[in-house]
Amino acid sequence: MSKFTLQVNGRSHEVDVVPETPLLWVLRDNLDLVGTKFGCGIGQCAACTVHLDGTPARACLTPVSAVGSAKVTTIEGLSADGQHPLQRAWCELDVAQCGYCQPGQLMSAAALLAQNPNPSDGDIDEAMAGNICRCATYFRIRAGIHRAAELMAAGKEARP
Amino acid sequence: MSATRGMPIDRRSFLRLATVAGGGLILGYYVRPSGMAQIAKPDVERTDGLFIPNAFIRIAADGGVTVYSARPEVGQGIKTSLPMVVAEELGADWKSVNVVSAPLDAAFGPQFAGGSMSTPMSYTAMRKVGAAARTMLIAAAAQTWGVPASECIAEEGEVRHSASGRSIRFGDLVARASALPVPAEDSVVLKDPKDFTLLGKRIGGVDNPRVVTGQPLFGIDQKRPGMVYAAYVKGPVWGARPLSANLDHVKGLPGVLDAFLVDRTVPAGQVTGLVPGVAVVANSTWAAFSARNELKVTWDEGRLPNSSWEEFGRQARELAGAPPGSAGVVEDRRDGDIDKAFAGAAHVLEASYSYPFISHTNLEPQNCLVHVQANQAEVWAPTQNPDGARKLAAQVLGIPEENVNVNITRIGGGFGRRLDSDFVAEAAAISQRLGVPVKLTWDRTDDLQHDHFRPGGFHFLKGAVDAQGRLSAWRSHHVSFGSNLGADDFPARFVTNYVLLNSKLENNVPQGPWRAPGSNTYAWMTCCFLDELAHAAGRDPVEFNIALLGDRDLIPGSGPRGRPYNAARMRNVLRQVAEKSGWGRKLARGKGMGLGYYFSHQGYIAEVAEVTVTPAGDLKVDRVVAAVDVGSQIVNLSGAENQVQGSIIDGLNAAWRQELDIKQGRVVQSNFHEYPMLRIPDAPRSIEIHFVKTDYPPTGLGEPALPPLAPAVCNAIFAATGKRVRQLPISRTDLSWS
Repeated sequence: MSKFTLQVNGRSHEVDVVPETPLLWVLRDNLDLVGTKFGCGIGQCAACTVHLDGTPARACLTPVSAVGSAKVTTIEGLSADGQHPLQRAWCELDVAQCGYCQPGQLMSAAALLAQNPNPSDGDIDEAMAGNICRCATYFRIRAGIHRAAELMAAGKEARP
Repeated sequence: MSATRGMPIDRRSFLRLATVAGGGLILGYYVRPSGMAQIAKPDVERTDGLFIPNAFIRIAADGGVTVYSARPEVGQGIKTSLPMVVAEELGADWKSVNVVSAPLDAAFGPQFAGGSMSTPMSYTAMRKVGAAARTMLIAAAAQTWGVPASECIAEEGEVRHSASGRSIRFGDLVARASALPVPAEDSVVLKDPKDFTLLGKRIGGVDNPRVVTGQPLFGIDQKRPGMVYAAYVKGPVWGARPLSANLDHVKGLPGVLDAFLVDRTVPAGQVTGLVPGVAVVANSTWAAFSARNELKVTWDEGRLPNSSWEEFGRQARELAGAPPGSAGVVEDRRDGDIDKAFAGAAHVLEASYSYPFISHTNLEPQNCLVHVQANQAEVWAPTQNPDGARKLAAQVLGIPEENVNVNITRIGGGFGRRLDSDFVAEAAAISQRLGVPVKLTWDRTDDLQHDHFRPGGFHFLKGAVDAQGRLSAWRSHHVSFGSNLGADDFPARFVTNYVLLNSKLENNVPQGPWRAPGSNTYAWMTCCFLDELAHAAGRDPVEFNIALLGDRDLIPGSGPRGRPYNAARMRNVLRQVAEKSGWGRKLARGKGMGLGYYFSHQGYIAEVAEVTVTPAGDLKVDRVVAAVDVGSQIVNLSGAENQVQGSIIDGLNAAWRQELDIKQGRVVQSNFHEYPMLRIPDAPRSIEIHFVKTDYPPTGLGEPALPPLAPAVCNAIFAATGKRVRQLPISRTDLSWS
């Protein structure tokens, strides 16, 4: 067991775990942040996607010992109030079915929009190809990202 | 009082509430298993400050309406749609409705989610539940004003008397309505559907805000104080029993609390309940997963340690070639004179179709949290079948069913897998030994290799068209792993000369319902072979199939599994899909349109797929158009469209690349790197859904839009390339052309 200090969603947490423990299980079992989901454990489904210093990472393949001082953002920290443009678009277009993969979808989509505020369908397909949705809500995921891009653009214009 | 708004979901507080006022239940309505509401206790007991007309509704003095959702939410949208039905009849303002998952309790009637049956079973009952409460609120307002109830209406959370322009909010009627008797069921007047203001609209899922912020909704998210974490390792070969294991070594690994053999099968002889294995219990999920990797078990591999897909195929072909009347071949239907029809036919075709075992691959792996204390058990489970989970847990634990309480969580994908409760049984057995709350989590390999699979199958078909281009004979031999084509399955009853033969292969592969069971493969082989026959006859497939459906409207069922087939509804959706898809348009080479249609789960659905196949054989599904007849009323348009879109893409997912290979009595694949799931680049760019409203009761949409997709795509591939796909997955067929 080793002690690690993690910066998660703007807060500092100390955990005492085996160094190889994936960040996924530290978040879920130790920090009670269960929005980050377990789907495959081998980086194939991306239900566990979080941001490390703003870059999407698969928490199931990230040993806690490799996180260091990187700022970890999980779905619980994507916005303070649940009003990230993607979260608003997801509710407005009723994207989810079972909803299990959606935290990972949202984290991947948030990283895409941070890089590319107005992605094409092709950009979306490329950036989101790592995320499996078993209910196959892909049609609405595309629409949801376009809608969030619109909301972001409108938000910028509205600002003085 | 607003206490109801945040009312805890757990059963104890519900029962506390339910047993106040003299210990009697407050349930005005008991919903019988038939789905019809009846009044069991006309005298409604009351709770101060709340109007509680029946088990499903609470109205507080602040006007807040709580509606209980009885059925598990697996992504089919039932937690939103059935409460919408209640709210519509009640005249509630949807914005003030708080939907709460009901505990497992007989007061709520049937509480499973399967077979697309929730809507057909509960639609009318939920209307009556809402209408009874509305009747009482209107009576209370009419009494207050001294006007006839017939002059009042309920809408937007208040009762209105238009003649005098007066209105009262529901919250202000709580006390007076609570003093009124519950109306007799047959006196409750339902709304005229033309007055619906909520049903048929696009309404977002009630849990969406919690889903997009990662709240602990799912089974795998549940926690209890003092909880420990478990893995359960089953033998790779189905039916295996652990003889010994390096338990002492495993118990010494970091974080491990216990490791032990479980050598029980419950129910005895079944492969889909508790089966033998090795439990590893630790202080974290990761410690349990790490320790299981070090486990070395000696297994007794049971009676069928060598079964393989290759061998199953060999046996199937042997059965297909056996002379009539051979052992292992059962004739389940014979109409007309098939030999004469083949002899006199203009064209006779023979083809064999086959498809593999596939997995449900729920993205949330199977899991369950159980706390057994003495002869009581508390269960938190992502189960489609909470009552079945309770029964199996009780049987495993050897305690009465009523001592098992099941808390129904949100479910990360059902597709039929979670109608079985094996994961509940495993967690119960482990918690019983430890006496503490145990969270069992399967890993992806457990889930893929110990699924209750969609069975593979082999169909040997012979068909004929006569000189007029009509389908004149159909002979079908289905070699299955247990569940066969029924005597009424399409196109039986539409072909004068028809023979159905069935055979079953000896096997011990665990099988279970997979979204649109049976139909999900029967539609494919049936519509593909019909397409072959239409082309042999030189006829347009849409026209050929409409002609096949004949001119009678309702075809009665026959035999024990018989069910009526409404040919008029099917002809209607075929005409609709042809029109909306622009069927018959001239397309460039390498592009094609194909038709699939099927009646399943009470829905009549036709789909046209438009595909592009490159000369190198790369497939793209560009567009799918669906015509969908599920009766007179779409409940939630957003949810309904989501189900059809999802079914279409899921149908493509299953048909395109998915297969499990079986060798040496086990599944070869272990995780998604070997079992490709469809990803966003392969989802069609365009999906158009046309709901065709008919005069029949509303039915479910979780399943029936899936079966037509695979044949639509395969027939489109033929139109594009001239190549027939007679084996699933599609990826097994070389689609290149020049």
